[in-house]
Amino acid sequence: MHHSMRYISIIGFLILSIGLTACSNNRDGASATLLNVSYDPTRELYQELNREFKVYWKDKTGQTVTIRMSHGGSGSQSRAVIDGLDADVVTLALAHDVTAIQQNAGLIEEYWQNRLPENSAPYTSTIGFLVRKGNPLNIQDWDDLIRPDVSVITPNPKTSGVARWNYLAMWGYALQKELGDLSKIGNPDYAGEVAMAEAKAKEFVAAIYRNVPVLDSAARGATNTFVQRGIGDVLINWENEILLAGFTLDVDGLEIVIPQTSILAEPTVSIVDKNVDRKGTREIAQAYLEFLYSETGQELAAKHYYRPRSEVVAIKYEERFPQIQLFTIDEVAGGWHNANTVHFRDGGIFDQFYQN
Amino acid sequence: MTGTVTLQAKNKNRSIVQTESTTESPLVRWLLIGTALVFLLLFLILPLLIVFREAFSGGINLFFQALTDPDALAAIRLTLFTAAIVVPVNLVFGVCAAWAISKFKFKGKSLLITLIDLPFAVSPVIAGLIFILIFGSRGWLGPWFLSHGIQIIFATPGIVIATLFVTFPFVARELIPLMQAQGTEEEQAARVLGASGWQTFSRVTLPNIKWGLIYGLILCNARAMGEFGAVSVVSGHIRGYTNTMPLHVEILYNEYNFTAAFAIASLLAVLALVTLVIKSVAEVKITGDQIQTKL
Repeated sequence: MHHSMRYISIIGFLILSIGLTACSNNRDGASATLLNVSYDPTRELYQELNREFKVYWKDKTGQTVTIRMSHGGSGSQSRAVIDGLDADVVTLALAHDVTAIQQNAGLIEEYWQNRLPENSAPYTSTIGFLVRKGNPLNIQDWDDLIRPDVSVITPNPKTSGVARWNYLAMWGYALQKELGDLSKIGNPDYAGEVAMAEAKAKEFVAAIYRNVPVLDSAARGATNTFVQRGIGDVLINWENEILLAGFTLDVDGLEIVIPQTSILAEPTVSIVDKNVDRKGTREIAQAYLEFLYSETGQELAAKHYYRPRSEVVAIKYEERFPQIQLFTIDEVAGGWHNANTVHFRDGGIFDQFYQN
Repeated sequence: MTGTVTLQAKNKNRSIVQTESTTESPLVRWLLIGTALVFLLLFLILPLLIVFREAFSGGINLFFQALTDPDALAAIRLTLFTAAIVVPVNLVFGVCAAWAISKFKFKGKSLLITLIDLPFAVSPVIAGLIFILIFGSRGWLGPWFLSHGIQIIFATPGIVIATLFVTFPFVARELIPLMQAQGTEEEQAARVLGASGWQTFSRVTLPNIKWGLIYGLILCNARAMGEFGAVSVVSGHIRGYTNTMPLHVEILYNEYNFTAAFAIASLLAVLALVTLVIKSVAEVKITGDQIQTKL
């Protein structure tokens, strides 16, 4: 009979060891662990930034910090935090995904976006194009994307953060072209003119989506479809992603085209309040996010093709980022909440493109 | 050619009569065999070769650099750790279930067999989502565990549980037909001679199912190390912490780090090859055991 006892004790030991692994969370003062839940294209940026922050924090406090990273589509990362992924900070593609954590799980304070400078967006980006070598179809601006001979690659705005920016960039471009001045939106004197412009914009955006052969679920997937699988004539994506792909994957021969007008994309960051308070990491998490605004942080953002907020750094990297006219989501869609209700929810304008 | 009968003396005791199984012309036969071979080459052998070619495309140094990267090592460790828990647990439960089903009569037996098959029928993604619904911070049991400081989902326990779920049928499914074929006579004889339950199992049943058990375990291990879908849902993709080898391959690929991605993938491919070798040995032994039982 002693054999069976031994088996039971082995199983018991295994179950215990699972439990212990789960509990091992360092709380002593000499070291700390932060989990940064981010979206896909920030991998290279945070890899380097984490190294710098570690040195900075060690010098400042003597504490050794380990920073863990989790990357994925912005929407699904937000979902994972809601379901219990134990993030100390989130650095996501758009404010809406951070607000979703606040609204669905209450892990973040309501006025989170006012807690850090610049709408809690330490770096910005915009939306641009990647085309084949020599730009054989001569794609220069948004108008070229509705040409029937152009095949466009952009991910699905239902699942991908950047795809929503892409969509809103098309939308905003069309509105601006029709109206000339975006401040007419929301002004009752121009209500009729705005309504007509919106109808035109809807047609314009629908025409672009008719040229999209595959809707990938996330940004990196779309880049791989275009670069690795060679599908499509133009990829609409983050400027940072395009510049990175353009500079590091030049083997296939690609060219960067930044249109004259585009959207100011603001990837936002926040502390996850409930998590840091439970783990006692608020101070270091706060310092980590503030580090993004420091000169080192801004410099690294620029190095990894994000437009820095700091003017000093911006001047230094001037050549890297073309000077273009940028409109904001507030101007063209009345903020994220509005944009989602009108454009992206089930039965919204985006769905209508695929119903007819 | 039609109707030719070849007699072959395979060994001294038995002779096997072989009849030609088709009456088609040689051309048709070669065409069919050729198609099958081309298919095999295209869909099995070629991809395998490409994995290794890509893995070594940056030279042997880059290959080893990719494997000794701290995040890669962490992924390998986590994969081995998961398998080290999942395989023994499945060994115990698989043998228990197969023993109960094949050697005893009880109510609800067919229901039990169906339940064991459930993980085969359910998509791994759904399996992962089930555990998020149970152990997630807004799930049934998640809040209780979290209030006691135990993180299940997006941590190692979640990965182990999800892997356990998808690999559950392998051992039992392998053993049930084998044990049913062997019947209960030997166990009955052992009981009549005064053996206890444990003695009957360890001295009579276990030696009989040895190779079938190894076969089941090796398949279970392969799946445990290779599982992607269910683990991906519950992992949280924390680099160097909750990434298993298959997840790490995807991450590296998405980082345009193709050589490293294929280096890790080649490790998984080697694992698959080793699995196949052990599996074929076990298969031969099982057939041998069965023939012995029948004689």
